[in-house]
Amino acid sequence: MKGYAWLGALVLALLLAKSAGLLPAFLDELPLHLEKSSIDTLGDAGKEAYTELVPFGLILDHTFEFMREELGVSLVTRFVSKRLKELIDIFDNILRGGRKGLGLSAPPWTALLVIAFILGYSLKGWRLALLSGGTVMYFAIFGLWKFAMETLALLAAAVPISIIIGLLVGIVAYRKKWLELALLPILSVAQTLPHFAYLIPVVVFFGIGHQTGVIATIIFAVPPMVRLTLLGLQRVAPEIVEAGKMSGCTNLQLLFRVQLPSARNELLLGVNQVIMQCLAMVVIAAFIGASGLGYRLLHKLQSLKLGQSLEIGVAIVLLAVVLDGLSRAWAEKKRDYAADLPFHRRFRYPILLVVMVAAAYLLAPYFPILEKVPRDLTVTYAKTWDGLVDWIVLNWSDGLTNFRYFLIVNVLAPLRDALLYMPYPSVLLLVAGLGLLLGGYYSALLTLAFLVFIGLAGWWDRAMITAYMVVFATFICIVIGIPVGIFSALSERRAKTALFWCDTFQTFPSFIYILPVIMLFQVNDLSAIMAVIVYAIIPAVRYTVEGIRSIAPELEEAATMAGCNTRQRLVHLQLPVAIPHIMLGVNQTIMFAFSMVIIAAFVGTIDLGQQIFKALSETNIGKGVVLGLCVSFMALAVDHLVTRWARERRRLLGLD
Amino acid sequence: MSEPVIRCRSLYKIFGLNPADLRIDGDGVVEPSILEREGTVTAVDNVNLDVSPGELLIVMGLSGSGKSTLVRCLSRLIEPTSGSVEIEGMNLLGMGDRELIDLRRSKMGMVFQNFALLPHRTALENIAFPLQMRGMKRRDYVERARRMIALVGLEGRENNFPRELSGGQQQRVGIARSLAVEPDIWFLDEPFSALDPLIRKEMQDEFLRLQSLLNKTIVFITHDFDEALKLADRIAIMFNGRIEQIGRPEDIVLNPATDYVSRFTSDVPREKVLRVGSVMNPPSEGEEVADRAVDVTDRVENVVEYVLGQRLPVPVVDSGDTVVGVMHQAHVLKVLFPSRSEPA
Ligand SMILES: Nc1ncnc2c1ncn2[C@@H]1O[C@H](COP(=O)(O)OP(=O)(O)OP(=O)(O)O)[C@@H](O)[C@H]1O
Ligand SMILES: [Mg+2]
Repeated sequence: MKGYAWLGALVLALLLAKSAGLLPAFLDELPLHLEKSSIDTLGDAGKEAYTELVPFGLILDHTFEFMREELGVSLVTRFVSKRLKELIDIFDNILRGGRKGLGLSAPPWTALLVIAFILGYSLKGWRLALLSGGTVMYFAIFGLWKFAMETLALLAAAVPISIIIGLLVGIVAYRKKWLELALLPILSVAQTLPHFAYLIPVVVFFGIGHQTGVIATIIFAVPPMVRLTLLGLQRVAPEIVEAGKMSGCTNLQLLFRVQLPSARNELLLGVNQVIMQCLAMVVIAAFIGASGLGYRLLHKLQSLKLGQSLEIGVAIVLLAVVLDGLSRAWAEKKRDYAADLPFHRRFRYPILLVVMVAAAYLLAPYFPILEKVPRDLTVTYAKTWDGLVDWIVLNWSDGLTNFRYFLIVNVLAPLRDALLYMPYPSVLLLVAGLGLLLGGYYSALLTLAFLVFIGLAGWWDRAMITAYMVVFATFICIVIGIPVGIFSALSERRAKTALFWCDTFQTFPSFIYILPVIMLFQVNDLSAIMAVIVYAIIPAVRYTVEGIRSIAPELEEAATMAGCNTRQRLVHLQLPVAIPHIMLGVNQTIMFAFSMVIIAAFVGTIDLGQQIFKALSETNIGKGVVLGLCVSFMALAVDHLVTRWARERRRLLGLD
Repeated sequence: MSEPVIRCRSLYKIFGLNPADLRIDGDGVVEPSILEREGTVTAVDNVNLDVSPGELLIVMGLSGSGKSTLVRCLSRLIEPTSGSVEIEGMNLLGMGDRELIDLRRSKMGMVFQNFALLPHRTALENIAFPLQMRGMKRRDYVERARRMIALVGLEGRENNFPRELSGGQQQRVGIARSLAVEPDIWFLDEPFSALDPLIRKEMQDEFLRLQSLLNKTIVFITHDFDEALKLADRIAIMFNGRIEQIGRPEDIVLNPATDYVSRFTSDVPREKVLRVGSVMNPPSEGEEVADRAVDVTDRVENVVEYVLGQRLPVPVVDSGDTVVGVMHQAHVLKVLFPSRSEPA
């Protein structure tokens, strides 16, 4: 620790020099892109003088241009786009009828209802059955049927394709070391790249539209599948692979009959992740013209019809929870020993399904309500919700405005100004020092390289603004989340409840978190930060609970025998042992915060997110990708440092 | 003697060595300086070995002495760095993928320390697995797998998944699976060390029973000297990748070739190793002896009680009932308490 004091001294010297007005300009600010005077109010970005030191954006623009025009990539993209459109049309047709695709007529909504119900029941039981059946009912009754089916069609196309691509890439990467090495950094960046940054290149290559949304979704959902396939295959015990070889497997037999089945858990987890990522992205892909629930939500939000937005939001959340529940239940389902059961028992659910769906089809012509819920029977409570929002605005707006004003004047603005005030070398020094301290030269150089990229790309000040929002949100998440986690962890029951809610909230597509925040705080900068906090607090709570609950029982018993009371146990045993895990939670909180800050640009921020948004509307591919990389690199720098620290700490505690 | 089933010469496995850096002299021996290289681990160091048909060779040694690596080289689960391995006269290391797979499908079986059962298959399906890989018909492999289940005494457990079986049962599945293809050569890598002592003893008896039925050529790794003595025809003792000594259990205990071997065997209960023939005196004329004789091939352990119970020395006979020696009470005591009778 002492060895790095000189770094601290250097930072201090820089700050002192600046305050004394002695700091030469080239050590203070990078060539400017934000006029300081114009960002006094948070809402206004002011005039821009935006200079890149290295024109990464331009280089990318030209590269993409070259790929598109000279390499004939556009031929490929057009082909893919067309095929994909046909596929989506088929699913769309199966779910909604119409003249496209196979030309089938729409199935009665009750057919979907029984499918959802029986699927839920056969996989997990009544609760899941009611949940999934109820969700289908909700779509029908709240008049969201058409949009929900559009979204499902998109998912039906995107999910299997993502899974297959992910599996294939994962398998090849497992067998070819060089591909794995090449993929690892790409996967890390892919995981931290903001959603919107994916959209821009896709739009450039594939144009705006329904199928473009699916392409963006697939690109977004493939990385986790690759990662989990790779992980699963690597985790298969070497002895099992050897047993396969000794059984005389050929390479293919080994892969399909030994390795992949043994990696089942990771693969199924991957499938679940793909589904959830796809849903999250399908909502966001509304920005580039993917129709469905997301598009509808965006449309209503933009015209500030909050009540209707809420109902759509609930539909999306329900869909997320149901899909998560079904895919999890399927993954956890144990094979039963049906080997000796007679046919009708063994296939009772499929048979029931066929019978019920047939019944729905047969009865629908006679009872139109089974075919389609007529428009005059659909309900909406949008007015009520709007009334509620009005009421909130009316009654709370003074309080909220004061609160907001207070927060901005006393906390947010000073924090932001402090970060912007810091001469850039001092930030670099601080980060490098942290790197040295936590992980040695490698870490220092890596994190430094990440930040230098941002500086060279010309987005330093914007990045500092993003950083300040993330820092503030993380701070609040820690202050609230960790105590909540500790409190929950103290009793088994509460811990279970807490984890259940964390699980549930985590399945919500991130964009949805914008909604309640807008309803409460309207569209302003505070809402953005609120959305970030609400979303990013989940891992802080979850990891705290997990960290404390997973302490070895012998240790707990030792503490009991030593006569610890609850407080002593917490202070002397639980927190010290759980701290590395809790820090991983904080790391996740920071990652969530980065991802949400960018999405929150939708409600008005002036950071990198706003710029990405702008790049999206201008379809400025170079700028968009560079901005996305800036966000990704900041996140990766933090991720690297924190996981380093946590790993070291675990090692010291002998927990591995 | 008949041709050895397994024969290896100058076998090396050096982890972390770039094969291009290997330097070998005319006899196929790797230059010593290479073995010292940093970042490399010499797990198998110049091993020469012959295993004859029907022999049960036990490989012993401390953890990390290279036992598993040796066996994996003999089955070519690991590619040896240099040297030769012949299986029934065929050059194992020169085989292509196809030949190797055929060899494993017909001639080799292996049992693993941690069972290595496929988690997604039932006991029966695990046992049938190698047969399926061979492309056997469903009816045939089910039939054969059922026979294997009966052989290892697992009837009624066919449809259980590995996680639903006890350790001993899982290892029975592992054994049955390795036997399903009716291999001639059987490798067992510490098959019983994950089991508790009672089950282990039961499995050893089971193993002996199977071996008396099947009479395979076996390479068996263990840490446990008792186990080795109970099963072995010959024992090979490994240290740092080398085979320090290989021979019959008595030879190893009575005439340790190196210091290491004598330390390794110092705690071995000698009465379990030594046979009457190696401790008796030649018969002397006119000596008064007890009525009942003991067999010259009996382990001392099995005659202690009888010999010590007699007032007179005990005659020793061979299989033809000719008297070949006498055994005094002092002989037994000397075996039981070697340090007291031979003060250092
Ligand atoms: N894949 C590998 N890469 C590098 N070194 C290895 C590898 N496998 C084994 N080793 C090293 O080779 C040496 C011999 O290992 P081996 O597993 O053969 O020992 P063993 O005698 O079977 O030990 P145990 O009784 O613990 O099973 C050890 O030092 C081990 O660390
Ligand atoms: Mg071993």
